[in-house]
Amino acid sequence: MSPTPKSKSVQELTYEAAFTELEAIVAALESEGRSLDESLNLYERGQVLSAHCAALLEKAELKVRQLSGDELTDFEGQA
Amino acid sequence: MSQIALFDTPRFSVTDFTRRVRRLLEGDQALSDAWVQGEISNFTRAGSGHLYFTLKDAGAALRCVMWKGDALRVRGMPLQDGLSVEVHGKIGVYEISGQYQLIIDILRTAGEGALYAEFMRLKALLEAQGLFDPLRKRPLPNFPRVIGIITSPTGAALRDMLNVLRRRLPLVEVVLAATQVQGNEAPVGIVQALQKLNTLVRPDVILLARGGGSIEDLWAFNDERVVRAVAASEAPVITGVGHETDFTLVDFASDLRAPTPTAAAELATPITVLDLDGALQLDRQRLQDALTRQIDVRRAELELMNSGLRFYSPARRLQNENQRLDELVRRVTRAQAQRITLQSVHLAGVSRRLESLSPLAVLRRGYAVITNMEDGKVIQDASQAPVGAELHARLAKGMLNVKVQKSFSQEA
Repeated sequence: MSPTPKSKSVQELTYEAAFTELEAIVAALESEGRSLDESLNLYERGQVLSAHCAALLEKAELKVRQLSGDELTDFEGQA
Repeated sequence: MSQIALFDTPRFSVTDFTRRVRRLLEGDQALSDAWVQGEISNFTRAGSGHLYFTLKDAGAALRCVMWKGDALRVRGMPLQDGLSVEVHGKIGVYEISGQYQLIIDILRTAGEGALYAEFMRLKALLEAQGLFDPLRKRPLPNFPRVIGIITSPTGAALRDMLNVLRRRLPLVEVVLAATQVQGNEAPVGIVQALQKLNTLVRPDVILLARGGGSIEDLWAFNDERVVRAVAASEAPVITGVGHETDFTLVDFASDLRAPTPTAAAELATPITVLDLDGALQLDRQRLQDALTRQIDVRRAELELMNSGLRFYSPARRLQNENQRLDELVRRVTRAQAQRITLQSVHLAGVSRRLESLSPLAVLRRGYAVITNMEDGKVIQDASQAPVGAELHARLAKGMLNVKVQKSFSQEA
């Protein structure tokens, strides 16, 4: 998988998507044969992705919803 | 008869008598392996863990004891006075109080035997239809994003599962399909919950769970409709019904059987937030290292270029050329000096030869060179000088003018 820098705003990415892209960037950086400019861009994107992942982990709060009929509503049951 | 009885000396001590009763009772095969049905009364749970009660029916009462080791197996059951039960055990005589009692090893609520038979029948049927085939089991996701939960909205099972998920993987989104999990309505409720989750939510995995209870309490999880719905579920299902020792038919049909609801939530989240954090830290380090390495490589390349540049720089070439020039000059000088030496040696030789060839040297030996005075030609033949011709005679020192007086031909 080739990393696609700046293809999507990092803030919109799910943890899984961000982490997957981060892994790809790390792998790309670890393989040789890239211009320094390209490497720096990858590194920057990697930094943003990892910060986003860390933030997602940090503020993750279990979201619980309930099926009521065919609708999804917030679950206000026991904490 | 009564006389004999009156005057006979006692044959038994109390102990001997009781022991004989004990041997008699305990030696009876039927009483040593008996199923008895009755109603519990005077139920006592002793501090030691043993259970004591009396089994009654309309006509009689039977003292019962269940030792701690066997009592552990009925831990979840709501044993109390008035409960109708079926027990299995053997007769025992407690000599100290002279009482016989039933020592129970198996206890189940009345009707459980019939339920068990039904369980076995249904299990064999569904197994034969391939519903429990291990090949049907679907792989479970390592990192689920949406987890469906089917259980009672008020039970401890739900609270336990949410706590586990909150602790292990709070990134996950939970959708609860609340339903009754016990009673006549439960099977239909569970089947509908499964269908709705699969069509409306499409979770990555479904937890079907219920806390511990009696076999009747868990019976909905042996319902054929529920078992078939679990087997047909699009999303993989993890069951966590009752305690470790409880097996229900959905456990065989599900993709993974967890011993408890808590364990089900744990098995649904093999990767925890701690794992994610660890992997993230590792990737951050790798990212850093990779860039540092690239820059190091570039720096080394640059250093190499620089030294190449220095090597080929004009200043260095100038130096080189100067050096070469010096070298050439040295070589030229050396060659020149050699040549001069050779030349002088040569010259001396040539001078000596020249000197030996010089006519003057010959003249000094007494010879003279005769030339015609008119044309200066050297006279080598008498015919060249007729009588009367004037000639020059060149001596080693000085010259003479001579006149030919007589000529002699040298022809023999």
